[in-house]
Amino acid sequence: MGDIKGFLKIARQGPCYRPVCERIEDFKHVLKPRPEKQSEEQASRCMDCGTPFCHWGCPVGNYIPEWNDHMFHGRWDKAVTLLEATNNLPEITGRICPGLCEYACVLGLNDDAVTIRENELAVVEFGFKNGLIKPSRPRLKTGKKAAIVGSGPAGLSCAAELNKMGHSVTVFERDDKPGGILRYGIPDFKLEKYIIDRRIDIWKKEGVVFKTGVDIGEDYPFDKILDEFDAVLLAGGSRVPRDLDIEGRMLKGIHFAMDYLTQSNRRIAGEKIPKDKLIDAKGKKVVVIGGGDTGADCVGTAHRQGADCVVQIEVLPKPPECRSPKHPWPIYPAILKTTSSHEEGGQRHWEVVTKRFIGENGIVKKISCMKGHEEFEIAADMVILAIGFVHPEHSKPLTDLKIGLDERGNIKTDSKFMTSIDKVFSAGDMRRGQSLVVWAISEGRSSANCIDKYLMGEK
Amino acid sequence: MRYDELPPKQGLYDPGFEHDSCGVGFVCNIKGVKSNLIVRQGIEVLNRLAHRGAVGADPKTGDGAGILIQIPHEFFKKVARNNKIDLPDLRSYGTGLIFFPQDTEERKFCKEIFERVVREEGQTLLGWRPVPIDDFGIGKSAKSTEPCFEQIFIEIGKNLNDELSFERKLYVIRKRVENIIRESTLKQKKSFYITNISCRTFSYKGLLMPNQLENFFLDLKDESISSALCLVHSRYSTNTFPTWDLAQPFRFLAHNGEINTLRGNVNWVSARERLLTSELFGTDIEKLKPVIVKGGSDSAAIDNFFELLVLSGRSLEHAMMMLIPEAWEHNNFIDNQLKDFYKYHACFMEPWDGPAAIAFTDGLRIGAVLDRNGLRPARYIVTKNDFVVMASEVGVLDINPEAIKTCGRLEPGKMFFIDTELGRIVHDLEIKKDVSGRQPYGKWNAENMVDFDKLANIGITNRQKNENIIADLKAFGYSREDVKVILKPMAEEGKEPVGSMGNDTPHAFLSKKPQVLFNYFKQLFAQVTNPPIDSIREKLVMSLESYIGPEKNILEETPGHSHKIRVKNPILTDEELRNLRDISINSFKAKTIYTFFDSSGGGDLFRQTLERICFEAEYAIEKGYSFIILSDRGSDKERIALPSLLAASAVHHYLVKKTIRSQVAIIVESAEPREVHHFALLFGYGADCVNPYLAYEAIEYFINEGEINIDLKSALKNYGKALSDGILKILSKMGISTLRSYRGAQIFEALGLNDEFIEKYFTGTVSRIGGVGLDEIQGEAIARHRSAYNENIGEEAYLPSGGVYQWKKDGEFHLWNPESIAALQDSTRNNDYSGYKKFAAMIDDQSCNPTTLRSLLKFKKTEPIPVSEVESAESIMRRFATGAMSFGSISALAHETIAIAMNRIGGKSNTGEGGEDPNRFVTLPNGDSRRSAIKQVASGRFGVTINYLVNADEIQIKIAQGAKPGEGGQLPGHKVNEIIARTRYTTPGVTLISPPPHHDIYSIEDLAQLIFDLKNANPNARISVKLVSEAGVGTVAAGVAKGGADMILISGGDGGTGASPRSSIRYAGLPWELGLSETHQTLLLNSLRSRVRLQTDGQMRTGRDVAIAVLLGAEEYGFCTAVLIVSGCVMLRHCHLNNCSVGVATQDDILQKRFRGRPEYIVNYFRFVAEDMRRIMASLGLRTIDEMVGRTDLLEMNNDVNCLKAKGVDYSKILYKPDLPDGVGRHYTSKQKNSLDSVLDRKLINLSKDALERNGQVKIILEINNTNRATGTMLSGEVIRRCGDGVLLEDTITCNFLGIAGQSFGAFLTKGVTFELEGMANDYIGKGISGGKIIIYPDRRTHYNSDENIIIGNTAFYGAISGEAYICGIAGERFCVRNSGLHAVVEGLGDHGCEYMTGGRVIILGRTGRNFAAGMSGGIAYVYDEDKTLKDRCNMDMVKLETIKESDKETLYNLIHNHFKYTNSKKAKRILDNMHAELKNFVKVMPIEYKRILEGVKIEEKLDLKEALDG
Repeated sequence: MGDIKGFLKIARQGPCYRPVCERIEDFKHVLKPRPEKQSEEQASRCMDCGTPFCHWGCPVGNYIPEWNDHMFHGRWDKAVTLLEATNNLPEITGRICPGLCEYACVLGLNDDAVTIRENELAVVEFGFKNGLIKPSRPRLKTGKKAAIVGSGPAGLSCAAELNKMGHSVTVFERDDKPGGILRYGIPDFKLEKYIIDRRIDIWKKEGVVFKTGVDIGEDYPFDKILDEFDAVLLAGGSRVPRDLDIEGRMLKGIHFAMDYLTQSNRRIAGEKIPKDKLIDAKGKKVVVIGGGDTGADCVGTAHRQGADCVVQIEVLPKPPECRSPKHPWPIYPAILKTTSSHEEGGQRHWEVVTKRFIGENGIVKKISCMKGHEEFEIAADMVILAIGFVHPEHSKPLTDLKIGLDERGNIKTDSKFMTSIDKVFSAGDMRRGQSLVVWAISEGRSSANCIDKYLMGEK
Repeated sequence: MRYDELPPKQGLYDPGFEHDSCGVGFVCNIKGVKSNLIVRQGIEVLNRLAHRGAVGADPKTGDGAGILIQIPHEFFKKVARNNKIDLPDLRSYGTGLIFFPQDTEERKFCKEIFERVVREEGQTLLGWRPVPIDDFGIGKSAKSTEPCFEQIFIEIGKNLNDELSFERKLYVIRKRVENIIRESTLKQKKSFYITNISCRTFSYKGLLMPNQLENFFLDLKDESISSALCLVHSRYSTNTFPTWDLAQPFRFLAHNGEINTLRGNVNWVSARERLLTSELFGTDIEKLKPVIVKGGSDSAAIDNFFELLVLSGRSLEHAMMMLIPEAWEHNNFIDNQLKDFYKYHACFMEPWDGPAAIAFTDGLRIGAVLDRNGLRPARYIVTKNDFVVMASEVGVLDINPEAIKTCGRLEPGKMFFIDTELGRIVHDLEIKKDVSGRQPYGKWNAENMVDFDKLANIGITNRQKNENIIADLKAFGYSREDVKVILKPMAEEGKEPVGSMGNDTPHAFLSKKPQVLFNYFKQLFAQVTNPPIDSIREKLVMSLESYIGPEKNILEETPGHSHKIRVKNPILTDEELRNLRDISINSFKAKTIYTFFDSSGGGDLFRQTLERICFEAEYAIEKGYSFIILSDRGSDKERIALPSLLAASAVHHYLVKKTIRSQVAIIVESAEPREVHHFALLFGYGADCVNPYLAYEAIEYFINEGEINIDLKSALKNYGKALSDGILKILSKMGISTLRSYRGAQIFEALGLNDEFIEKYFTGTVSRIGGVGLDEIQGEAIARHRSAYNENIGEEAYLPSGGVYQWKKDGEFHLWNPESIAALQDSTRNNDYSGYKKFAAMIDDQSCNPTTLRSLLKFKKTEPIPVSEVESAESIMRRFATGAMSFGSISALAHETIAIAMNRIGGKSNTGEGGEDPNRFVTLPNGDSRRSAIKQVASGRFGVTINYLVNADEIQIKIAQGAKPGEGGQLPGHKVNEIIARTRYTTPGVTLISPPPHHDIYSIEDLAQLIFDLKNANPNARISVKLVSEAGVGTVAAGVAKGGADMILISGGDGGTGASPRSSIRYAGLPWELGLSETHQTLLLNSLRSRVRLQTDGQMRTGRDVAIAVLLGAEEYGFCTAVLIVSGCVMLRHCHLNNCSVGVATQDDILQKRFRGRPEYIVNYFRFVAEDMRRIMASLGLRTIDEMVGRTDLLEMNNDVNCLKAKGVDYSKILYKPDLPDGVGRHYTSKQKNSLDSVLDRKLINLSKDALERNGQVKIILEINNTNRATGTMLSGEVIRRCGDGVLLEDTITCNFLGIAGQSFGAFLTKGVTFELEGMANDYIGKGISGGKIIIYPDRRTHYNSDENIIIGNTAFYGAISGEAYICGIAGERFCVRNSGLHAVVEGLGDHGCEYMTGGRVIILGRTGRNFAAGMSGGIAYVYDEDKTLKDRCNMDMVKLETIKESDKETLYNLIHNHFKYTNSKKAKRILDNMHAELKNFVKVMPIEYKRILEGVKIEEKLDLKEALDG
């Protein structure tokens, strides 16, 4: 820790976004890169606590105080090394993680927390810019083979780790490109896709084999996988969206958020979408149901597509702006989160229960809502349901294998990530249910350790 | 139980821990004129030293008393005749008092052995005389073990023709008889003891109180018994077990003090036995072995060895100078001849180090010597009629003042010696000149000794770059923390790394992370029975120098004895090691023995390798190698190194057992050591030098990596300095001054290592709970090694996290972790008991992560009772206390919040060191009180005023603190703000140093004196003594209980808020479970348990912790960290940086405002703990705490704990319950008896009625003597209570005393009281003086010059707050230490004057001793420096010497004028008469920092953050 009084001298400087009027016109990153000098200054606010709650709050256990210190002292290369030690995708979490660490930051008790996520991003981008993050093939191969089914953050992290340990890893992805939700679920203005490609390239060079467009169970029998590989990880995510089973649900113009976002991302990537499949907010009155992060992503996307107006409604009450005693520090609190998308326009309403969809000609036109005892309507010619996911898709291979599920419909594993079937493991949302990217990375890494032990025959 | 002797080792009690300390003295006629009067006077001296001895549970059984006199020939001739023995001439017969078994058969057996041995040795047994005794007055327990006393007479044989050969023969006879009887199967052989058989001296001694001696031995009443000298000794032992044989004097000496390095000294003596030969003894030499008798005390051991040296031909003085050399290493006042003498002897004799006043005699010569630190008092008076009395105190004999020739004191390292044959006193200088001139030591040294620095430097080769350094570092257990937290600060700043908030990680034997072997050892430290030393401020006594190479026969003197290499610093650079390895001069040669083995081999790799290296070492000695280098350089993936400590200790002990250790030096070349603790261990277990090559490489590597920011050369220099300073600190913690005596002294306790392992490789080390052995240590080392070189893990360019100092997810486990901290805070804030239970579960169930000793315990299943039947939470909470955290270490608001909370629940908060704002004594309007019930008295004595003491419910003497036992503290000037300065009675901005020892507690009898002083100050308060757990603490506690303490606190070594050196936090002190249990057991065995309450603290958190503390014997419980966490602390561990972001441990104005703690939270917490406790009590079927205390039968080992390494652990010693009769109190039941009723102050208070009631003037005239101690203290307390603080005007109560005042005269004397003493005074006068005035001048009838004679003892005005003092005469050592504001005039003083002074004015009208003004940060001293030597005697680290300026004149003139006015000092008169001219003879000693402040220069705020804050 270089300047122990740093936190008293320097004020927090949160993320810096491009001006709304500018960024709303494109799908490029809204976040502006921060000058290195400023990052160093912000890093000096870290108190290098004896009990770093940030490090505890971070699911992957990033060595936050340590790399803050390195960064403050200009030892960026060291910071990169330590960041890479715990996180396979810091360039992703550095952009989209809600920052559990920052909510646990000790400075946050009575001051503004350290800009940990921003610092993370600065470190990793420094690493890329200066060629510090580069492929490094394992020195020794174990001769063991592992298959990873699903290339979301959990699958990718596990693949990267297993590969590092010397195992031969093949990642199967049913979409045409790897990345899962990172590629298709998160809008480009938060995460441009070259970021993912850049990392996948490194892993490919390190030896990870990617087989895209392969739907395990459909295109590729699961038995074959079991034959060919010494261990299999199922990391297919939690893809079944929660639905709103109310009157008018069958009307046209009502979409699941993930369908909407995926399509938008594909379009930006240059894919042509048939007109009849097109979901476009241009000129529409959009209502996003669901007040979470996905909802916010939809708000941002809709604005960029040229929506007439965007309204976001949430069934729960408006969260407090600060922590309530129910969510004491250092846990991740339920507080009002205003994302960059919210700055770009639209309205937010809380404690609104959606009663029914009202349509004309089979197309949704408005929704009828309740707030307290008051009933009202909101005009809507496009409705997006962003109310979460229930569990993984219960299709092949899960059904074929009769794999054990938990009471919520997620894959059940033991404490070592193994499913009810020998040598088949599971991690990520598929196992723990819908969650954050950083948790998926954590699951991927932890499962990799267990798979390694399994492969090497350690008890 | 019958007390037969020292109870055998049982439970945690070990008789090996016993300490004693005492009063010692002698009287002598210089001309050797024998008289009965001398004997009578000796006995009188003994009686008047009685208060320095102690009584145990049995009030009539003392700890031992005795005298040693010349053989009273006329008397013996007379009484022998009565026994039909016709004695030949004096010197032709030897005699001695023998203790025999009571059993007639056994007695007969012993006598027969005597007869046989005497015959075999060619002497004639003249016969036996039963020694008449009267045991009517002695104590019950003394009587129960009383031996039979007989006197033996042996006539000189025909084969001998001189007295000295006869003495030697008598010695051989004694040793043979002792050995035979020790080996015999006699039941009562422990009752057998030979006091002394000599043709010159005779001793009477026994398990008696001093005043019982002459009634016991009827001989002593006979007027025909006469001697020209009489050596006396009164013993104060920590135990109460009747042991007749440990009474002193021994054969040649009587010892007041303690040998800290005993274990090493004894080992080295036996390591040398193989080489012993002596022309004088011839073949008899074998009969003398073992030289040191096992089971004796430290004093007995030094007597054993001294005897050998003297009888084999060295003079008394010479032998004593070998064993207890003065601090010659850095002393410019010692001439070269003498230095060469010491240097020569240092080649084969390490000092017997520790506080000591030793009086010794051979019957013709008598003398006394003081240790190099001067840690024991010794005063003498020489009269005009050739009489000398020397004793621990002055005033032990009434001497006509007119007859006095000189009054003196023994100075540190000096000898006082009388040769009755020459008929004169031989002065120290003369003795030393004589002895050092006997041989051409200088020449011998010059010809044979090689200075290491001067070894040919072969030129610096470029160090090869280590390509694999990360893997190597991993293999030797380095973590990122080691680099950042340990190496970096050492390399960058040359300072010891500092941290905060104790240790909450698992002990090494419980940790799941592979541990280096060093981590299983804890440093021991001095407490009570001897003082730690300040290795920084008193560095003149410290030394790292050593002389390595093969030794010769210690009984001879040859030039070859100094054939050694002189090494100034035992931590070798790579170049130095290479020089040593390649050495070829003076027939030195070095052998490298590699300590690694091939990892592909199987089986017992460690055992095989250890055998190999031990054998190779032995072989190397046979081949004439002088140095063995134990090296792991070159270990790599395939080659695994032994732990360096194991290798070094195994070889050392192997060679000691073979008695060839002294023929070779052991050098360790290892990648492993990096922290100070590691080096201390290597030296402590026998290494001569250490080369930490990988630490050097690591520093270089991390400089290149930009993580250490300094150039390599400076980095290595700094690192070396940090290590040397750190090692000196560890030595000094134990009160050891030189590395020579520390080497092999094994001042450590092992935790979690099994007996077999310890016995084999660390012989003699205490390890009390068993644990892992060689196999587990091997497993750990190999696992770590393999994982370091694991190639699958790719190229990780970083080290593991560590997580010891900072919590890490992948690091070491911490009990205080984010979850437990958050859970505790939430539950106490929301008053949510269920939340607390969740917290408690995290702490209590350590089955997955065992951390503390108690994690391996569980409660036994018993019949439960309803919770409602258990005593109330309110009554339990009254037993709770918070720890000593000073206002200064934590913020004012935090401190007051805790005080309010504790006062609300009836518990006790603690001021900590640093005083308390008197405003807090006043209750707040809402009924809350911010007053801390416990007032701490620590070594700095900051703010310890009489008013402070009077406002206490409990006064706590802090001997040690868990985080850094044996160390002092420092509050850097920039942290001393206005309010801290006010409560500490100092100046803002002035650095405040707390010395490591209390300068008025160098021994157990000193502690008893301080307890007495404090009881006088506030008779209503209970006095507690805070100790830290370590092996032997129970024995110390027994001594403390005997010293009159009401409560003893045993702190765990893990606790600690505030800042400390990191090595101390982790490696010093042991868990409270051990210390508490040992203390409880020892007190029970001594029947002292019912007299004191026991408290324990150190990482207490939950009801379960408390319950275990109760079951192990504690009645009260202290909490510290938990309370801070409840108040908002989140374990930033930044206390030492003044940068606490939650406002708890900071004085920063902005940060303090962030404090969010509230008394309610703390009250909630304690209620939860109490409720938790009640549920546990109910489940155990216990209704009250009292019935629960010490019920270890309700605890058992929990075998479900998931920890492989814990499998070999055995708690039977902790859970041991001594088998005692029903009557022995098992918890506190009765108040300590005190002797306050008879103190002189009762009279003073009566006579001061007028002043106390009406503030009227009072004048008192009284006689005084040395048994009147702490005179004026109770009166001062009474003044405060009745009149208030500072209300009385100056001189309201004036007392004139005539005589010799006892210790602590005028201690805490309050404003308005003036003491005038005509006569002399002893130690500690005016300690803590709080505004009073003390005037002392010699008896008007004396004729000597006041400025040439000593008038007051040591440590006068220690911790003085304010007032005036005029001392017409010379003071002893440590005058005005830690003076805050006293104005004093004195006419000369001993060493270490004005040390740590922070304020006030001191004028010295004469010479000062050495090391004047060390650590003096404030105040001004003016020294009358006629001979211009002050600059050589002054420690210039913090002060500058200046000439007198205009502004000083008034102060000088006024104070000297007062001095003359009050004392009629001739010297003052002379100076005043010629003031103008004399001014140039004065030198002003000005602290640099203080000057800046006085001059109002704004100090640039310097954030010197690495300095420790006191706790």
